[in-house]
Amino acid sequence: MNFEFFFNNLPELTITGLAFGAIYALIALGYTMVYGVLQLINFAHSEVFMYGTFAMLWTVMALGGREADGIKLIAIMIAALFAAMLVSALIALVLERVAYRPLIKRDAPRLIALISAIGASFVLAELMGLRDRIAGWLRLDDDLSEYVSGARINNSMAGVIEKPRWDVAGVSISSIDVLVIVAAVGMMVLLDQFVRRSRLGKGIRATAQDPETAALMGVNPTRTIQLTFLIGGLMAGIAAFLYMLKIETTRYDVGFLLGVKAFTAAVLGGIGNLRGALLGGLVLGVAENWGSAIFGTEWRDVIAFVLLVLILLVRPTGLLGESLGKARA
Amino acid sequence: MRRNNVFAAGAAALALGLSLTACGTTDDKDSGSSGGGGDAACDLKIAFFGPETGDAAGLGKPIIQGAQLAVDQHNDDADCQVELVKYDSQGSPDEAPALATEAAGDENVIGIVGPAFSGESAAAGDTFAEAGLPTITPSATNPTLADNDWDTFHRALGNDATQGPAAARYIKDTLQAASVFVIDDASEYGAGLAGIVEGDLGDAVTGTDTIQQKQTDFSATVTKVTDAKPDAVFFGGYYAEATILIGQLRDGGFDGKFIVADGVKDPAFLDAGDAAEGTIITCPCIPDTDPAVATFAADYEEEFGEAPGTYAAESYDAASIFLAGIEDGIDNREDMLTFVNDYDEAGITKQLKFDDKGEPADVHVYAYTVKDGAIVPEGEIK
Repeated sequence: MNFEFFFNNLPELTITGLAFGAIYALIALGYTMVYGVLQLINFAHSEVFMYGTFAMLWTVMALGGREADGIKLIAIMIAALFAAMLVSALIALVLERVAYRPLIKRDAPRLIALISAIGASFVLAELMGLRDRIAGWLRLDDDLSEYVSGARINNSMAGVIEKPRWDVAGVSISSIDVLVIVAAVGMMVLLDQFVRRSRLGKGIRATAQDPETAALMGVNPTRTIQLTFLIGGLMAGIAAFLYMLKIETTRYDVGFLLGVKAFTAAVLGGIGNLRGALLGGLVLGVAENWGSAIFGTEWRDVIAFVLLVLILLVRPTGLLGESLGKARA
Repeated sequence: MRRNNVFAAGAAALALGLSLTACGTTDDKDSGSSGGGGDAACDLKIAFFGPETGDAAGLGKPIIQGAQLAVDQHNDDADCQVELVKYDSQGSPDEAPALATEAAGDENVIGIVGPAFSGESAAAGDTFAEAGLPTITPSATNPTLADNDWDTFHRALGNDATQGPAAARYIKDTLQAASVFVIDDASEYGAGLAGIVEGDLGDAVTGTDTIQQKQTDFSATVTKVTDAKPDAVFFGGYYAEATILIGQLRDGGFDGKFIVADGVKDPAFLDAGDAAEGTIITCPCIPDTDPAVATFAADYEEEFGEAPGTYAAESYDAASIFLAGIEDGIDNREDMLTFVNDYDEAGITKQLKFDDKGEPADVHVYAYTVKDGAIVPEGEIK
């Protein structure tokens, strides 16, 4: 245990922890919103995020991000952000249509939907992991070799962007970390306001509280569920964009560990609760980093889950513990 | 991890089913041909055991091709055509025992090139030892593998106990680093290697950390390194994590030397771009520019259209030992095992001779460096 190191570097460890925690939080939103409306854990949400990372990477590659700089690079990055959001949202909507709606329509038990989610997660991940074979069958592997090669290894966009560091009162801060935290928290505030104030947001909350009564009051349940998946997908797309800025590397199974962590963050904050997802994500990110500093990085996951168990023992509904439906306008 | 295994188990079951039906059909054909063949023994197979598909397929490919080249060259001027069969473990210790049983069950397989990785070697070793099926691994470097009393185990390259001290010597003598931070990935390979380097460097080690495989955010580790301000960082692990780790270390302001071992010697490491420049990679694998392997490298490039990858030459050597045995008229595992144990000839990578435990008698470790976006040899570490 190394407390001296921990206290000497506390500001730095906290900021890098918050940055990764913000990414957890954005992914956690997808779990939490779908749970709030459907009482269903959408385990395929990690793949929604993974497709976003590839959309970002491929957009940067296709637009020549490696050679670009200045205004052009910024334009490419904005295009990449929209590509990531678009692709993630699309995957989320397809998931809803293919893996959930048929089951919900027939009033299938939740357990069946859970299995459908796990199956969809496999299929999506392996489609990406086997994309070289698929391109081969379609005889596109020569044209697309840049995009489909290395299907099962890391795919990297390292070196595309500079990451200046700032020295603030003796603490070295990465500009990317600041960007990630500001962007993620900003998006969460926007979304929170949307759900609380807008007409569509009210529909989501009404459906979460009581789907039948909401339907009687003129809220279209199918549209509301679609909207929930859409928002979750958009947020996962933003998370994917920020993740790629920070880590610069992705692979077909990148969603697995991140998905588990984001789900943990959602439960930690109180599943079904938007503000809880933000708080849970940030707490988890910082706790992992602090724990890694004190006990060693190999304890990172142990710390994350011990924290989860401890908090659930004291507060079984999570830190903020309120569900989406009960949130007051 | 879990779901990979589930998927892989399904694939293995399918593969097993397919191979069983395949056996059924070939058996009928073989029964009539026992009389033919001439003076050399025939219908013999050498097997590759390791990842042909899966996450580690990139590491398996040069090993397969090295062995394939040796077999093809043998078949060109021999009456007895030897077949190279592949047991695709996907590099996973979970798959290895069942596949090993399958390989042991095919009497025509009289030598194994592999298993490729340390983990699967440990899992499959008992089965090969019981079947008396000699194995020569061209790439598994965990030292404890040789301590299992498997008389079938042989290794065509130096283990981590020779690579680790060589890396430590390089850090001390060539780089003259006074302070070193040691990181490992908690794998059998990485932790073992980092432990040896740490022990050899002694007081020069200013700090250590252990990361996890598949981890992508190394912020805490980076802060530890920048806080300790070492001259050099040694990382024991594989390229997947090394690529991300060095990027984050450089972004975090670390400007010392980065030293890694053979698990990082893969073109994918170059994805790290500028951050990878100047990285030192130690490897018990012979550079393809070495005069000793020039002919091999040319033949390899002609056959496969690419330069030999890591451990292709070691794999060629391993297969060549079995092929030499077959040329001597050996047609069973027992004689082959004796032949391999007594073997003492010059291979292309080194003098091929094994001690009682199956370790090579002649070991070389080389240093490579990343320069202008390529991994180039620097020479042998003395």
